[in-house]
Amino acid sequence: MRESIIMKIHYATALGAVALVAIHILFRMTQNFSESLQYQNVIANYHLLPYALMLEVVLILLSVHGFNGLRVILLELKQGIMYEKMINYGSIGAMAALIAYGSRTILMAGIGMS
Amino acid sequence: MAVETISKTPEVSVPISSNSIILRISRFNSKTDSSPTFAEFKVPVQKWTTVLEAILFVKQNLDHSVAVRYSCRQASCGSCGMQINGKPSLACYTKISELNSNVVTVEPMHNFPIIRDLAVDFKQMFATHKKMKPYIVREDSEVTPGTKEFLQTPEDVEKYLQFSYCIKCGLCNSSCPTMATDTSFIGPQGLAQAYRYVADNRDDGKKERLKIIDQSHGIWRCHFAGSCSHVCPKGVDPAMAIQLLRGYLLGFRK
Repeated sequence: MRESIIMKIHYATALGAVALVAIHILFRMTQNFSESLQYQNVIANYHLLPYALMLEVVLILLSVHGFNGLRVILLELKQGIMYEKMINYGSIGAMAALIAYGSRTILMAGIGMS
Repeated sequence: MAVETISKTPEVSVPISSNSIILRISRFNSKTDSSPTFAEFKVPVQKWTTVLEAILFVKQNLDHSVAVRYSCRQASCGSCGMQINGKPSLACYTKISELNSNVVTVEPMHNFPIIRDLAVDFKQMFATHKKMKPYIVREDSEVTPGTKEFLQTPEDVEKYLQFSYCIKCGLCNSSCPTMATDTSFIGPQGLAQAYRYVADNRDDGKKERLKIIDQSHGIWRCHFAGSCSHVCPKGVDPAMAIQLLRGYLLGFRK
């Protein structure tokens, strides 16, 4: 993939994450901060389908943006064909693993398996 | 890297007056030395003495083995770039008097392999420059019979003129923080030259050049520190060229 496409994704995920995390923070303000962290309140978030979907999107946006950022930093630190391949594929793998694990958590909490 | 300082006794008598400075020259031979050392010389200076003239005084009178690259002495050839009191500058374009210091330290440019003392290897920079196709790319030619001169308006020229002042001295690459860690980075010099031709309306090679710079060690690795533009002795603004090139790649500019 061309670097300009990757960077467009990088910028878009940053903007998307800022917008959705802002909504997430605003939702926390509907009650006291300590209350919002109580077990039943946290679980209630996952039972609300639109909110659970938003959390899933936030997870994807932050994983893509974060791991691409880490990839860029690591590519600037050291160069070499093998190293760069390892970093590129490693970032995609880590990105996929985090999304899979996070999605599993959201899904399990959503269907009441937690 | 350990830096040892050695002070050399002048072999010829140097007039000791208030108008003399201590010139510290970094000495390093990549074939024999493991780390650079500094040699100190007392050099007489006038109000108009440049750093290059001070180095040449040392070469002529005190130590002829000092390695320095220079040619035109008028900031046109881009040969005498070096770190002067920590800042990348042209030695022929920097007056001792404007440094406001009695001790002047000269070192080779950063981010370049050192050949010896103050002379660095430009091979990679010139190779990158060549990769940018630094010429007008188009099918027809001004010199082919039946074709006309490629006319441009003053506004067309203004779009790229400042970038054509680049003398390939390498000071921008030397000051670039990305180049310090990413040895494969194209660098501000190459990117500014890519923009110089991309912005030229006589040129048809925009697509090819944008493809060359759009790679993992290309234009996107610039963090916009702006030090390249700060040190350019010819007033070129590579940082701006990089931002304008990004506009093409992001679709803001056509």
